[in-house]
Amino acid sequence: MTTLVAPGLIAARPRSLKKPGHVFPVTVVVVAILAIWYVGAFFLNAQLARDVFARQKVEPTISQMVDATMSMERPLLPAPHQVATELWKSTTGYAINSKRSLVYHGWVTLSATLAGFVIGTLLGLLLAVGIVHVSSLDKSLMPWVVASQTIPIVAIAPMIVVVGYNLMNGQLGLSTDTSRFLAKAMISTYLSFFPITVGMVKGLRSPDPMHLDLMRTYTATGWQAFWKLRFPSSLPYLFTSMQIAIAISLVGAIVGELPTGASAGLGARLLAGSYYGQTVQIWAALLAASILAAVLVAIVGFANRIVLKRMGMAR
Amino acid sequence: MSSTISRNHRGHLQPWIAFLGLFAAVALPLDAANVERLLPREGLGGWVVILLLAAAAYAAVKAERSAVTAILLALASSVGAWLALDRLPGLAGHAGPGFWALLLTSWLLAWALVSQLSAIKPRAGPAGFLLKLAIPFIFGAWLLVFWQVNVIALQVPFVLIPPPSAIWLKLTSSVPILVADFRQTILKAVIAGYVMGCGAGFLVAILVDRVPFLQRGLLPVGNLVSALPIIGIAPIMVMWFGFDWPSKAAVVVVATFFPMLVNTVTGLAASQPMQRDLMRTYAANYWQSLFKLRLPEALPFIFNALKINSTLALIAAIVAEFFGTPIVGMGFRISTEVGRMNIDMVWAEIAVAALAGSVFYGVIALIERASTFWHPSFRT
Repeated sequence: MTTLVAPGLIAARPRSLKKPGHVFPVTVVVVAILAIWYVGAFFLNAQLARDVFARQKVEPTISQMVDATMSMERPLLPAPHQVATELWKSTTGYAINSKRSLVYHGWVTLSATLAGFVIGTLLGLLLAVGIVHVSSLDKSLMPWVVASQTIPIVAIAPMIVVVGYNLMNGQLGLSTDTSRFLAKAMISTYLSFFPITVGMVKGLRSPDPMHLDLMRTYTATGWQAFWKLRFPSSLPYLFTSMQIAIAISLVGAIVGELPTGASAGLGARLLAGSYYGQTVQIWAALLAASILAAVLVAIVGFANRIVLKRMGMAR
Repeated sequence: MSSTISRNHRGHLQPWIAFLGLFAAVALPLDAANVERLLPREGLGGWVVILLLAAAAYAAVKAERSAVTAILLALASSVGAWLALDRLPGLAGHAGPGFWALLLTSWLLAWALVSQLSAIKPRAGPAGFLLKLAIPFIFGAWLLVFWQVNVIALQVPFVLIPPPSAIWLKLTSSVPILVADFRQTILKAVIAGYVMGCGAGFLVAILVDRVPFLQRGLLPVGNLVSALPIIGIAPIMVMWFGFDWPSKAAVVVVATFFPMLVNTVTGLAASQPMQRDLMRTYAANYWQSLFKLRLPEALPFIFNALKINSTLALIAAIVAEFFGTPIVGMGFRISTEVGRMNIDMVWAEIAVAALAGSVFYGVIALIERASTFWHPSFRT
């Protein structure tokens, strides 16, 4: 392409070119983000560091300033390596069942997330099947499900947690930990069930009318048409919705840990960190939550690829 | 059994069950503690209900689909529900079988009405729109009726679930508080954060668009970040920007930035190579092809992001308030009133949040309709 071509049209390069890889650009972007983070940490913490030096009546050199801003006890923005160290220390430094171990907190959150996700997915599937097969349910319930996507459902999390906790701990006499676990799982269920319903209604309706007619010419029953045509062709939609659902169900579990004064879980860790100004701890918990989310979404994506490959639907 | 037979069958079965229910409602006592209290002895209202229910069930059996039947069904079910709700306070905790039979019969007729309405082929125009609105409305109204009846008749503790009537009372009696919270959370934090976050995402996408290398690097990262629990940055933002609304707006900015970036970048690549070639044959420069071809093509994607972000922004602002706020704001109110066991206030706040969320979404959907009317998804 010559320079005579307008620069914007470089994007319109011929399709026949081999699609370039993502690894190198992603690495560059990640490195750039880390670099910006370091620079940001320097400037954000500079004032704090200057105050410390001023109290010691020392005129800091540049290298002293860099040292100070990168290794503060309670920085405004901890440097990436500080967060990584804290993350490493709190995942490997303590026994897994210790209250100071992030693995322990992560597991508390993860277990509620998974329980809620599984129940929510099953419920969502059930509701989607009902909506697809019963036309009055479709007309009366579906608008509410769609509308519920537009409202901040997480807002009711504290209520579910407190009310559910009191119900299960007080009225049903379950133990404190079980009640907390169930209350969080309820939020995750509730959050993950809407995306699944919406996605699956779309998916179960995705088969070509021609194919549905074909099933009818085979005199297939509704049940057979469901298992042999509707369900298989809805699987790509199911996995896409499941990726959304698992991410949001983790958010639900974390938010669910905020209001009960729970002492365990990544959300509780965030809250405790914000009470005591332990920024490094907050960032470590945040990073742990992000890694957890990324891994969960990746697992669902991986399952998606395997299932679609075995069904011969891989793109 | 083939599904068509069972469907026809059900259409006839429903009114007969309604007859049975009506018989039970008339013969069985309304009050479990007072066997003498029967529906026919409830004065004029009781008789009106009995006659209307009977007429509606009869009409449903006789002439299945007609305007008269639909009107009778609507009248009977709503009058039945009204009577049940009217007598409810006197029956708290000791509602009899006749009461439940009355309620379920009315509901059954409402269900028959819904199945009749949903069998009508929706037409274009205001009539079809009203029909599309009426069906979910009936469903929602009955949900509220069952909520109210069950909570009061079974005497569910107030701190578990308050009845809708109590929530409504709270909602109307604490308007000033709700308005103040709405102003703090929505008008300040959400709107400011939403505009900044979406604007920044859009601008960065336009910048990135000129560098394909950055595009390939940013898209996977942006997709990943969109799935992360962004809400976790709330305590950090509170530390940086203080307790008031700017810290919430900052969380909203971060939460809305990445969906906007990813969608805009994807949308800018959505135009066909053929169309871009055409622009090139017109000797259009970068900006011309951007404004005349690629941005319009990207609009559906951008609006998709705007819609996703409308919900995300509300969630982010409300949850961020759980981490520390001045003594006003929706998230603050929800978390403190939960702690004080004022569950009706929490529900009132949630109702406001739900309404705000749907209006926000609806406004964006309307703008989308007005600006992408040419898109195939709107040209039915």
